[in-house]
Amino acid sequence: MTVEAKLEFQASTAPKTGADLLIDLLVNEGVDTLFGYPGGAVLPIYDSIYRAKNRIKHILFRHEQGSIHAAEGYARITGKPGVVIATSGPGATNLVTGILDAMMDSLPLVVFTGQVSRSVIGTDAFQEADVMAITTPITKHNYQVQSLSDLPRIVKEAFHIASTGRPGPVLIDIPKDISQQISYEETSEVDFVLPGYQPTTKPNPLQIKKLAESLTKAKKPVILAGAGILHAKASKELTDFSVKHNLPVVNTLLGLGSFPGDHSLFLGMGGMHGTYTANMALYECDLLINFGARFDDRLTGNIKQFAPNAKVSHIDIDPAEIGKNITTHIPIVADAKEALIELQNQMQESPNHQEWLTTLMDRKEKFPLWYKSSGKEVSPQWLIQALFKVTKGDAIITTDVGQHQMWTAQYFPFLKPHQWITSGGLGTMGYGFPAAIGAQLAAPDQTVVAVVGDGGFQMTLQELSVIQERNLPVKIIIVNNGALGMVRQWQEVFYKDRYSESLIPNQPDFVKLAESYHIRGMKVESTEDLVSMLPEFISYEGPILMDCRIPMEEKVYPMIAPGKGIHEMIGVKP
Amino acid sequence: MKRIITATVQNHSGVLNRITGLLQRRQFNIESISVGATETEGISKMTLVVEVEDEQRLEQVTKQLNKQIDVLKVSDITDKAIVSRELALIKVSSSSQLRSEINGLIDPFRATIIDVSKDSLAVQVTGKPEKIDAIIELLRPYGIKELARTGLTAFLRGHQPNVTELTSYSLIK
Repeated sequence: MTVEAKLEFQASTAPKTGADLLIDLLVNEGVDTLFGYPGGAVLPIYDSIYRAKNRIKHILFRHEQGSIHAAEGYARITGKPGVVIATSGPGATNLVTGILDAMMDSLPLVVFTGQVSRSVIGTDAFQEADVMAITTPITKHNYQVQSLSDLPRIVKEAFHIASTGRPGPVLIDIPKDISQQISYEETSEVDFVLPGYQPTTKPNPLQIKKLAESLTKAKKPVILAGAGILHAKASKELTDFSVKHNLPVVNTLLGLGSFPGDHSLFLGMGGMHGTYTANMALYECDLLINFGARFDDRLTGNIKQFAPNAKVSHIDIDPAEIGKNITTHIPIVADAKEALIELQNQMQESPNHQEWLTTLMDRKEKFPLWYKSSGKEVSPQWLIQALFKVTKGDAIITTDVGQHQMWTAQYFPFLKPHQWITSGGLGTMGYGFPAAIGAQLAAPDQTVVAVVGDGGFQMTLQELSVIQERNLPVKIIIVNNGALGMVRQWQEVFYKDRYSESLIPNQPDFVKLAESYHIRGMKVESTEDLVSMLPEFISYEGPILMDCRIPMEEKVYPMIAPGKGIHEMIGVKP
Repeated sequence: MKRIITATVQNHSGVLNRITGLLQRRQFNIESISVGATETEGISKMTLVVEVEDEQRLEQVTKQLNKQIDVLKVSDITDKAIVSRELALIKVSSSSQLRSEINGLIDPFRATIIDVSKDSLAVQVTGKPEKIDAIIELLRPYGIKELARTGLTAFLRGHQPNVTELTSYSLIK
């Protein structure tokens, strides 16, 4: 008997377990990829995965954090929940960063953690962790399965909660005895009712009317577009609407790509490292229309000085975000797309705001983003511009957090949605590379480039094994300044050059490191190198890493110092 | 300002932890919280007394509670016509000579003595928190050995007088 035939035989005669039921339920939900790591408490589930090989793909990462960030990248690209599996105790706690990251950035995830058997829960058993308590504040909702008969309903609810309303992570904790138990459950249609969860997607037409009237009267209107536009798949509606009425658009960091980055009405990203034009527009506007952004402190700066003269309208699917940070005059709880459609229907007349537009366009001209370049050393800003040029903007870009993230956000004009994957709210180092793996799995034919810092990359570089094993053509650019660049920048600007623990010139030879994983590596030390190597790097069919050296002193400008208003930028001009 | 908020919740395991954890994480100050079953099986009601700085914080607390999947309904009933009660058990040092004196003292509060021992007695009192505060102050000179309060529980009166409605915290209305 061949191995496959044996497997088939085993699969057909062995009694179905709770774990088998789980796999059936996942297949029914349309899950094609699992991101995970095995361990004691999930052995029954991994046995089912083994036997279900033809029905569902499992990608083994080298650390649970890698698997969950990859699931986030996958969710960002597909819009479907990323599904993660980890074992109890350390497996579960290693997921915490990723769960919170997904919570902050509203990414749909369904996370399964193993748990010790019900009979020993609460006894400090081997690899036991109180995952429910740990993850309650960082999930949209979480469950511990107490009875196998609940599993079909819980799985259905979890996928529903994760992917509707404001998306977010849902965790299901499964005790080992439940996944081992013989199952007689049917996987066919299960009903569920969630009376406490009824997201409002249709806007109130009266509120929309109020907004339409205010917009018609506005002299200095501006649209702030956040990731809510992307989740609602409303980029086209947003673009049509703002073009029709000539409305300038500012993006949040996570909203990049929701409006074409090369459009004349696009003012750039707002916030701490936003463009002068965008931030001044937010400061001076008389009507601010926020679609799906949550007025994060990195966007607003000092809230007392944020849009001080504006009537604020906030459209959000999560009512709790409205009025949380900024006083809102026209609150609208709705899905961004439905709100835009209704607003378009109700708009009688475009505003008369030519003067405002002239001012903004003039500023765009006079105060562009700037940087100085020696011409010899690689300017990181130029690197990003070159990346845009070589890829023609047609690539998925991921980043960690820090200087390289801000340079990418500033200098890579995202032309369409779902190209940009970054850790915004939580600001997680080590996010970009595993997220790129998830994105590549979601979009096998697209060019995926992980732009990472040398600090962040060293937090999750073990996942090089995965791209080698799966031959995923992820492209890694290490923006290498031998320092924790953003920390260093703050120490230079606010702590009088006291570089406390932020300089890390001691690092591996990244090219050799890549080669040890049988991945091609290249080192770039000058602009000349970059010019000659970048096209080859991008067109290379396979995983590849570029260690790109940049000057350590390079800073991200403009910037708003902490506690300052959005109009008090420094480094606006050379 | 002190507000009385009621939350109808699904009686799932961990729901109390969700609520208290949420309030703690978002820095809301709980003065008291009481939970118990309702007329519907599987549904519990929580009565929270919270101290909030302003309307905006009040709006946040109700919205954040509402966002919980297990929470069915949240109402701020502070300004409505309500009945609200709290129960307190107070153990007071008392010799047999003092017993009748204490009895006379608590009588106007319609409190009762529910346990007596050689050197102490236990008083049970129900009412609004201010009334309970008052009886505690009166009993303090005798020496309070132990005190337990349930926290406030409340609901709307059957008939609401025709006054201006409270601001609604639902944005969809």
